[in-house]
Amino acid sequence: MLNKNIYLILIISLVFATSFWIGFNVNLLPAEASINAPIYDELFKILFIIGLIIFLGMTIAVIYSLFKFRKRNNQIGDGIALEGNLSLEIVWTIIPSIIVLLIGLYSYNIYDRMGGMKELNHNHEMMSSNTEKIWAGISQTSDNEIAINNLSIEVSAMQFAFLFNYPKGNFISGELHVPVDQKISMKMESKDVIHAFWVPEFRIKQDIIPGQPTILNFTPTKVGKYPIICAELCGPYHGGMRASIIVEEESDYNEWFNKNKKPEVNL
Amino acid sequence: MTISIDPQKTNNESLQPKSWLRYFSFSLDHKVIGIQYLVCGFLFYLIGGTLASAIRIELASPMSDFMPRDVYNQVLTLHGTIMIFLWIVPVVNGAFGNYLIPFYVGARDMAFPRLNAVAFWLIPPSGLMLVASYFVEGAAQAGWTAYPPLSITTPQSGQIIWILSVLLLGGSSIFGGINFIATIIKLRRPGLKLMQLPMYCWAMLGTSLLVVLSTPVLAGTLILLSFDIIANTGFFNPVLGGNVVVYQHLFWFYSHPAVYIMVLPAFGLVSEILPVHARKPLFGYTTMVFSIMGIVVLGLVVWAHHMFTSGTPPWMRLFFTIATAFIAVPTGIKFFNWVATLWGGKISINSAMLFSCGFIINFVFGGITGVALAQVPFDIHVHDTYFVVAHFHYIVYGGTVFIIFSSIYHWFPKVTGKMLTEKLGILHFIITFIGFNLCFAPQHWLGLNGMPRRVAEYDPQFQFVNQISSLGALLMAISTIPFLINVFLSVRNGKDAGDNPWKALTPEWLTSSPPPVENWKGEAPLVEEPYGYGKEISEKNKNI
Repeated sequence: MLNKNIYLILIISLVFATSFWIGFNVNLLPAEASINAPIYDELFKILFIIGLIIFLGMTIAVIYSLFKFRKRNNQIGDGIALEGNLSLEIVWTIIPSIIVLLIGLYSYNIYDRMGGMKELNHNHEMMSSNTEKIWAGISQTSDNEIAINNLSIEVSAMQFAFLFNYPKGNFISGELHVPVDQKISMKMESKDVIHAFWVPEFRIKQDIIPGQPTILNFTPTKVGKYPIICAELCGPYHGGMRASIIVEEESDYNEWFNKNKKPEVNL
Repeated sequence: MTISIDPQKTNNESLQPKSWLRYFSFSLDHKVIGIQYLVCGFLFYLIGGTLASAIRIELASPMSDFMPRDVYNQVLTLHGTIMIFLWIVPVVNGAFGNYLIPFYVGARDMAFPRLNAVAFWLIPPSGLMLVASYFVEGAAQAGWTAYPPLSITTPQSGQIIWILSVLLLGGSSIFGGINFIATIIKLRRPGLKLMQLPMYCWAMLGTSLLVVLSTPVLAGTLILLSFDIIANTGFFNPVLGGNVVVYQHLFWFYSHPAVYIMVLPAFGLVSEILPVHARKPLFGYTTMVFSIMGIVVLGLVVWAHHMFTSGTPPWMRLFFTIATAFIAVPTGIKFFNWVATLWGGKISINSAMLFSCGFIINFVFGGITGVALAQVPFDIHVHDTYFVVAHFHYIVYGGTVFIIFSSIYHWFPKVTGKMLTEKLGILHFIITFIGFNLCFAPQHWLGLNGMPRRVAEYDPQFQFVNQISSLGALLMAISTIPFLINVFLSVRNGKDAGDNPWKALTPEWLTSSPPPVENWKGEAPLVEEPYGYGKEISEKNKNI
């Protein structure tokens, strides 16, 4: 009996050790280039380790049973007539419930840190019938902050391209240029069907919906060029609907901005 | 059609099934209808599988070079629709439900045999219509989800035929659901209590409740969508003031429960197969029943987890995260109980057992990625990517389709009186298991690293992993060959199975194989312990 327990403890610790080792040493995710990304990767790591422990545990239990309790040659008769065990049932109801609840609370915390729980449109005066309703996205800034920030960009999506309008500079670009380490706020609307704005390196995605603008805020942290991918089936050229986001130092960004800026037309 | 037993009939010779031509007739026999569902579903599986192969050939290279882009979208739309509505739903519900449920409740047929036949005969024409729409003006190309406005702006004829076909299939599903509920509740043999029913009855009761509650919502939604397309109404068309997100809510109100409509019957079937081949009672019968009902209730309130990036308010995202993650609890209970059923048994390692264990391993994997996907912040990155494609194929293929094969190996001797060849069956399992995991496991990585779903072209750095996935798909296609050879050889020349080759205790085995038209020669047996292995009842059964 003691011997059996030792093996059990050995196997369980081996499963845990393997899962933790793989969780911490195998990177399955792309580069981290926004303040969302490291938060996301932390959640991923935790879920990956918990998932791996459960998966390895169940797989080993199934394969072990198949091997250990297989019917030997010439063996007849049945296994033990064991119909259930209430305390076992209670254990494997309560433990998973606790794990699931903890994961839920933890991911709520992660989501809050990403800015997902901020009210986007809590100003009720704006809800009158002739003002458009802003639909939720992820926000790290409040509405007021966006208003004074000149880094608000209007994104329009159409079959099969993204266009980026810089209202402060009065120009439209096919590439999204943003300065590094600054809060960017985008208001997105589609001209035809549903599209989605996805930057894998930023770990953010938001659908772009016709008739209902959505908000997406983020802060890039790493200079570079990253793909913007449409993630919602939008027609035959959906797979080719791409754009680039170029994250650059503030001086480079300002240079680019001033080069493209158009003077305001006074009528 | 009735449970009352005619004493005069019991003395007479039983009715023997007529020739194989009965499978091509408007038969009212639940066993014939069950097989009709199964064979019809399998033919559509071959069509859907061919479409899947076309997708994997296209994705073996980064460029869109195998077929035109709009045809690719038609192929992926038809693949999804056929696999869901013409293969998995009709087979796990219609085929096995019709064949087994009357046996399990001790009835001679379903409650409404004519409705049953109508439900089946709706399927072949609507399926053929769906496939034929390709030759009209091109099939639907907005994905099986048919999100407006894309479904409104793509060529109309294909989309309209798609809607009509799905409406008919949904109708068939509702007819079936009503029939199962009535049969399980009202046609039980006198003396048979609800808590003595084999687990598959409970699974079908839960599934049928979901079908009856949620399918009408899909029907209503698709009718509104067809108005938008044909009559230029503006329910979902944003140009006319419609709301595209409302469509998504209505669509997923059916289509998330549809996942349970596809997996709950599989949960029931595996609960029948494991105890027989492990020679042990099903572990934790009562908790299994409650967890099925728990899944039914929770399954109705989780639909918005498909819409975490669609512009849903924060409170809604939070509620649906918690509700979705909690489905893991009743589902987990079932898996722990199955492993406990194996524990301490005398397990025969045969094809049915291997496919069931493959199901457990694959489904646990798919369930774990499912709990991760339920978390809003996790989902936002991988939503609509190959990660999701991998996840749901682990659920519906690695889960349900493995159980369909397991069930075919288990009940083939019942239906035909012949055994399938074990060697070919085990070969079939090995190729399927390796091919399936090779095809879908790498797709998790693709999704995490930036490959969206439903694309005909992708970045060159994903080519190698996509080719591994395509190789897995090739193995899956090859795995069908030993299976088909096995079935065709065994139907003609298979080893005689006898009436009860597995020495099983569930009621369908307590009659001849194949069964007579009225199911039992005499009165239907009262099976109070369908899982009484290791007990006296099982010892007695040895002498039958």
